[in-house]
Amino acid sequence: MKKKSMRPLSVIARTACGMYSWFMLAFGAYVIVHGDVTPGGGFQGGSICATFLALMLIAQGSDYVEGWLNENFYKVCLFLGLFMFIGFGLMGMGWAFDGTMMFNWAAVAHDQLAVVKPWWPPSGTVALMDIAVGIEVAGGLSLILITMFRAVRLNQVVEDGLGKETGHDQR
Amino acid sequence: MISANLPYFVFAVLFLIGLLGALLETNLIKIGIAIDVMESAANMFIIVLGYRNGGYIPVKFLMPEGVTNFVLPTPQALTLTAIVIALATSALMLSLIVMLYRHYGTLDVREIRRLRG
Amino acid sequence: MKCKTLFIIAAIVVGGALMGAVSSLHPFGVPTAEGTAVDEHYLNRAGVDISCENVVTSIVFDYRGFDTIGESSVLFTALLSVMMLFRKGGRKE
Repeated sequence: MKKKSMRPLSVIARTACGMYSWFMLAFGAYVIVHGDVTPGGGFQGGSICATFLALMLIAQGSDYVEGWLNENFYKVCLFLGLFMFIGFGLMGMGWAFDGTMMFNWAAVAHDQLAVVKPWWPPSGTVALMDIAVGIEVAGGLSLILITMFRAVRLNQVVEDGLGKETGHDQR
Repeated sequence: MISANLPYFVFAVLFLIGLLGALLETNLIKIGIAIDVMESAANMFIIVLGYRNGGYIPVKFLMPEGVTNFVLPTPQALTLTAIVIALATSALMLSLIVMLYRHYGTLDVREIRRLRG
Repeated sequence: MKCKTLFIIAAIVVGGALMGAVSSLHPFGVPTAEGTAVDEHYLNRAGVDISCENVVTSIVFDYRGFDTIGESSVLFTALLSVMMLFRKGGRKE
């Protein structure tokens, strides 16, 4: 009495997925972190990081992914990113004499760039907010994928017929 | 007259294709895809509005020596928000289609109109 | 069917209005002077006020940071409604 589930793809597809999926995660992190120098930023990199879960779901089948999936991790990512983002915005209120929200309190002026603090991002809160929004978008889009996937599986009885390979999606 | 504004006409035609698909199709999933095509055409139209002849990308770190001619950056920043909104409406549309299929058992719009479950 | 011809006529009217509106815009590649006033301000001051070289990211996170808060809330609302639709609660009939 099993529920219908997504069948894994063939051996070739699973091997290629194992080779490429971690590169996608690293590329997404690269696009997030280099947000203030090259084109990219928080939203773009977060979407790239969420396609890691989509590739694992399609190539490895639902039984394998449900084994190691823990949706609390993505919830933590989502709320941590949001709190960091709002926190960086609110910190600009009591910091300087201007006292507005989203005030760039961490910026370093151009003429004292590499002298004051060499390890501080010179663009200030833009780089910090980039990382916060990237983490939040990655967690949020992965959660949408997981919720919709778990609800689509139908509760039907399937007789254990053929083997566990070759085929695409549901049978 | 047409050849001077050709990119605008292309995206207007794409918007019309999506509109015709949303009105004349009978399968629910095809209606959802047509609405997505309409939103993508509108986003691309915003970006095309902000082009300057011979401009470079608005990233000062990567520019060659002595360049002052940049492409307008504000439409690109507004399109980022619009893409996220399009994603939200697509996710909700697909979820509602799943619930409709479970309740009525069919994906045809004409059948659902007749049943009135 | 009567509905189909009505839809096609409406699409033709909307298409005509779109083509008429598009051909009266500014020519492609030459924006008007008052249309680029705000962008010139952002392009001239992006590397001087703050040391962020990417003008688009500095617009999204620094000059117009409130719109990014609204966008995050849209993402949250979408996630919330999807999770609410697919709840597995026991229905008390």
